[in-house]
Amino acid sequence: MHVPDGFIDVPVSAATGVVAAGAVAVSLRGARRELDERTAPLAGLVAAFIFAVQMLNFPVAAGTSGHLLGGALAAILVGPYTGVLCISVVLLMQGILFADGGLTALGVNITDMAVVTTVVAYALFRGLVKVLPRTRRSVTIASFAAALVSVPAAALAFTALYAVGGTTDVPLGKVLTAMVGVHVLIGIGEAAITALTVGAVIAVRPDLVYGARGLSAPLKLRVGGELVDAAPAAPAPVAARSGASPRTLWATGLVTALVLAGFVSFYASGSPDGLEKVAADHGIDKQTEEHATADSPLADYGVKDISDARISGGLAGVIGVGATVAVGSGIFWTVRRRRTAAGAGTGTVPAGNA
Amino acid sequence: MGAGHAHKLYRHGHSPVHELPPHCKLAAVFCFVIVVVSTPREAVWSFALYGVLLAAVAAVARIPVGFLLRRLLIEIPFVAFALLMPFVVPGHQVRYLGLSLSVPGLWGAWNVLAKGTLGVCASVILASTTELRSLLLGLQRLRLPSLLVQIASFMIRYGDVITDEMRRMSIARRSRGFEARGVRHWGVLAKSAGALFIRSYERGERVHLAMVSRGYAGTMPVIDEVTASRAQWTRAAALPLSALAVCLLGWTL
Repeated sequence: MHVPDGFIDVPVSAATGVVAAGAVAVSLRGARRELDERTAPLAGLVAAFIFAVQMLNFPVAAGTSGHLLGGALAAILVGPYTGVLCISVVLLMQGILFADGGLTALGVNITDMAVVTTVVAYALFRGLVKVLPRTRRSVTIASFAAALVSVPAAALAFTALYAVGGTTDVPLGKVLTAMVGVHVLIGIGEAAITALTVGAVIAVRPDLVYGARGLSAPLKLRVGGELVDAAPAAPAPVAARSGASPRTLWATGLVTALVLAGFVSFYASGSPDGLEKVAADHGIDKQTEEHATADSPLADYGVKDISDARISGGLAGVIGVGATVAVGSGIFWTVRRRRTAAGAGTGTVPAGNA
Repeated sequence: MGAGHAHKLYRHGHSPVHELPPHCKLAAVFCFVIVVVSTPREAVWSFALYGVLLAAVAAVARIPVGFLLRRLLIEIPFVAFALLMPFVVPGHQVRYLGLSLSVPGLWGAWNVLAKGTLGVCASVILASTTELRSLLLGLQRLRLPSLLVQIASFMIRYGDVITDEMRRMSIARRSRGFEARGVRHWGVLAKSAGALFIRSYERGERVHLAMVSRGYAGTMPVIDEVTASRAQWTRAAALPLSALAVCLLGWTL
């Protein structure tokens, strides 16, 4: 999905540049809170990790392979701010060094691939972790859902940018169908790998997973042969999970229903084999199947001619559900943030050292 | 990243382009790309002139054509996409060699191809004439937030380490007979990614402690302060300024 120069017109590129700069500025502030004085070394390391993981190709089906985008993975492993920052740095370096993605399109790329994926993934993740039982398994499930939605969300954001500032008038419906259709497929691979990776890290070093903070069991001391609770260090998380309020119940129902609907409508919408077959029938270049499949617009637009009647119904469902889940959990997250912020009072002090 | 150990993207040399301060080059490339993007696509000849300008820079920098062309391959996905455009975009159709092509689609394809290629070309020239470390210093000189520059520099430094770690893990997997063939093998790949994350994070913490114990206080000392003289700025500005002239001609003609 790396957008080259000249693909999106100048005003929109400039506007997204401003958005991206704002997002990076906010993330710089937030990342200091997430990583304290170790911000630069560890964020750089995570950026290198994301960069490496993007090279890890996973086979999708016979002959095809995709690679991770990494937004959801970064957000869950190291926190949303650091995630945005790391992926932005990766994109900046890819643009300058590897000429992957245009320099003038840097704003578009950062907005689309760093900000949208990370924010959507993390909002959904937090929402799900909040409403699911507090176990490690639900962290894995939540990361699956978050990654699954984040990829089509980025495709949707790209389509929106294209609608506003595209330099060529490909019919919008076709762009939307192709982009979101292909990226729902990619999202499934991304989701599986992200969830398994998070699961693997949680199994060994749960303390390293930002999204799983607060899951750790309370510290117990063995005093005279029996286990005694250590002094409660942080009562805040306990207070936050108090009981099953109507709001929690409502949110559980809504989010579960939406995610379920997303899955169901995906399966109803046409098998991946069908998509690939159609793509092949329409003489898509071999290169797509080699490496660029995951996010190349060729792949994205290659499936343009899928019989719309068969797919579009289910696809519309997925788009609607995805957007609703994203917006809904975003609101949910904001509300929760505000509530906890009001509860905690002036807890955090912005670190201004550096 | 020690002395005499440059990144593989960099081509060592002593041309006038190599000698320019990094921030001048960065600013020049950035302005050049902006100028190229804002040129109307109907002015076909101006893109040819831009190409000539870049070729001149490459010649001055003594970058072989083959090297440049090989690095241009990164563009292939978008080239392929651009080739599809004439068939997808609706509008006035022309017939050529028995194919029905749309005129707006052809213009769109040309637009993406020309501007994208020029942009990639400029970036490739920049990356192959500027050392990574000085590129980062240049970004810092251009007032990119220092935390961002530091993150980028750590990323570059750790990049090869982590990529090598991943390569070793992949060799270990393959030497045990593993070959990723389908969905069944996702678990193995994901566990590798997880292990890679843990290993790199722990390494990062160790390195951080080592740095702190050697007096790291959140910023890297800048030893070689690069400054640019007026003459150097002028030389660097030659490319974007001549491009601007071409662009203005393209708008007026």
